[in-house]
Amino acid sequence: MPADEVIDRRKHVPVREQEPSERVGNFDEVSYGYNEEEAMKEAKRCLNCKTPLCIDGCPVGVDIPKFVTEIAKGEFDEAIKTIKDKNNLPAICGRVCPQESQCEKLCTLGMKWKPLFIGKLERFAADHEKSDVKPELPEWNGKKVAVVGSGPAGLTAAADLAKMGYKVVIFEALHTPGGVLIYGIPEFRLPKSIVEKEVEYVKSLGVEIRLNEIVGRTITIDEMFGQGFSAVFIGSGAGLPSFMRIPGENLNGVYSANEYLTRVNLMKAYQFPEFDTPVKKSKNIAVIGGGNVAMDAARTAKRMGADHVYLIYRRGEEEMPARREETEHAKEEGIEFKLLMNPTRIIGDDNGWVKGIECIHMRLCEPDESGRCRPEPVQGSEEILDVDTVVVAIGTSPNPLIVKTTPGLETSKDGTLVVDGYTFMTSREGVFAGGDIVSGAATVISAMGQAKEAAVAIDEYIKSKE
Amino acid sequence: MEIKLYRIISKTELAEYTVQFDIEAPEVAKKARPGQFVVVRIDEKGERIPLTIADTDTGKGTVTIVVQSVGKTTGQLCSMEAGGTIRDFAGPLGNPTEMVENSTVVCIGGGLGIAPVYPIAKELKSRGNRVLSIMGARSEPFLFWEDRMRKASDEVYIATDDGSKGKKGFVTDALLDIINSGVKVDRVIAIGPTIMMKNVAKTTKPYNIKTIVSLNPIMVDGTGMCGSCRVTVGGKMKFSCVDGPEFDGHEVDFDELMARQKFYRTEEKDAMDKYTHEGGECKCLPTRS
Repeated sequence: MPADEVIDRRKHVPVREQEPSERVGNFDEVSYGYNEEEAMKEAKRCLNCKTPLCIDGCPVGVDIPKFVTEIAKGEFDEAIKTIKDKNNLPAICGRVCPQESQCEKLCTLGMKWKPLFIGKLERFAADHEKSDVKPELPEWNGKKVAVVGSGPAGLTAAADLAKMGYKVVIFEALHTPGGVLIYGIPEFRLPKSIVEKEVEYVKSLGVEIRLNEIVGRTITIDEMFGQGFSAVFIGSGAGLPSFMRIPGENLNGVYSANEYLTRVNLMKAYQFPEFDTPVKKSKNIAVIGGGNVAMDAARTAKRMGADHVYLIYRRGEEEMPARREETEHAKEEGIEFKLLMNPTRIIGDDNGWVKGIECIHMRLCEPDESGRCRPEPVQGSEEILDVDTVVVAIGTSPNPLIVKTTPGLETSKDGTLVVDGYTFMTSREGVFAGGDIVSGAATVISAMGQAKEAAVAIDEYIKSKE
Repeated sequence: MEIKLYRIISKTELAEYTVQFDIEAPEVAKKARPGQFVVVRIDEKGERIPLTIADTDTGKGTVTIVVQSVGKTTGQLCSMEAGGTIRDFAGPLGNPTEMVENSTVVCIGGGLGIAPVYPIAKELKSRGNRVLSIMGARSEPFLFWEDRMRKASDEVYIATDDGSKGKKGFVTDALLDIINSGVKVDRVIAIGPTIMMKNVAKTTKPYNIKTIVSLNPIMVDGTGMCGSCRVTVGGKMKFSCVDGPEFDGHEVDFDELMARQKFYRTEEKDAMDKYTHEGGECKCLPTRS
């Protein structure tokens, strides 16, 4: 570092992005990420705290000061090795983690100034990696573990178990691995080529992925034990969409966000008729919900050419669970926020097509004992928006198929799997679970965090049986 | 990434627009039960379509599907030959048909519906039920598998709209003949076009005969994660792919289902136009005279 270089620790190095007016016309990634120079400059802001709090904020415990220092010195290959020691999918996490409520939230710099842009640095290190850095793999220990689902939880558990010497087979119901990373999060936020590259890394560890195999139908968990698997990890997520149960939800033009996003992302309906799967090109569209999925659906609809995209949310902007970066991006792209509004019915024409949505205005009451402000309708404040499409993004719950076909799996009333808080074992011996199937719909990184701990527990369990 | 492909072992032209394929898919063949379906994607750019399993051969590890050319994807599929491969073949999906014992069951297959009703009739008969089957079609050249259906049934009735084979009229006319002849029918299982299943349910309702229909809404994943295939049954929202595809015909909102089936009519036409314009073989033309 030149001796006279002045580091301004107050402000982070800005991240270059596609202009909003340009990006609403394509599905290319919005954020370009840092180049080498920018990454090194940002990395130098790190204070190298004696007790680094940022690590506590990371659900998989990446040694953040170490890899940041390596970037600052231009040792990029070392940096990605440090990250991959704990995180198997850094190019994904650097992009989709809510860092503002995790590692960056605890960054010391953030107490006075802008926190270090840890996520963007992680992303830089992952994208910069030229030749795949692969850890030394131990010899096969003779044991096999089955993993159900190839989403963030399944991929993480599989990679960690492979690094411990297990032969791992992932069973995936869809035709492409990645779970929500492939069908849910859009290309403009997480390019599919990035997901493919990360999946290839997991496969390079010796993990086998069997596509088109639906656990519960093509193969049951009991049959897996019969085939010589010593343990099973269920990471099948929370993919069952919730609907609002209001009149008109089965009209043509009403989608679950899962369907809308699956058509566009997994099936590439935005390239119809080059690709065969269609999706409706809407003029005016209402997206219901305030989470990341709602934001993804709204921004996707804009890119599909909708004139008006209304985001209808029953609380205020402060209460929105979506990432701040995503709501800002959505606003820049012209998404029209209809806050403190709740749909009461969807109105159809004579042929069964959506022509409008009736909403009622809401107000937030005083916080209740739990500190939450319950929204309540303002009587007589109904209003109709002219829309031809409605996307419902009010949440998902676990798909019941595996539970239905596996005797003895205990579930909660929300349909999530009950596991031991320490061992991640379900009520069935040798069957473990982690991610959204246990916690309900949460984040990519929390699913990965749970899967990491479960992988350790599975290793201990199998060793204890020897 | 290397991809496991699914090979077409044999292809048989069965009737107008209708082709039978035996696909190599041992895992599916091993687990498939009557009433279940697969989701098929032909190639990288393809869409996922549901097709009912019409037969299996666990020895050969093959699954039989019968495809009717009605649009781009089915047209493309029908133009494929033995030795060709299909990119994705996921299943078996959906709940198997509920089996009964010591009953008289009328199995109705309308048009392409003959294929999925065949394995159900076969299993019912093998369990000692009395199986009366009705095969229906527009006209004689659209009928197929009469020999299979005769083997799987105690009696077979044929109805064509134009009277070119069997009784002139609809499957519901043949059904009424059976009911009026005094046979005590315990159950009716009807598979075919939605309007046919609706009319069968309407026919049996006054006689209070339990009637099972296999619904065919638009599907994407087929595993319960999107709700594209949602239908109203007994006033409740159900996902056909995981809660069905078979439901009590007296509880199904058929009009809603028929409206939803038209969701992508414009896009389906656009896809077909593009396919034929680019020289895609249109199997929508009769395959034999």
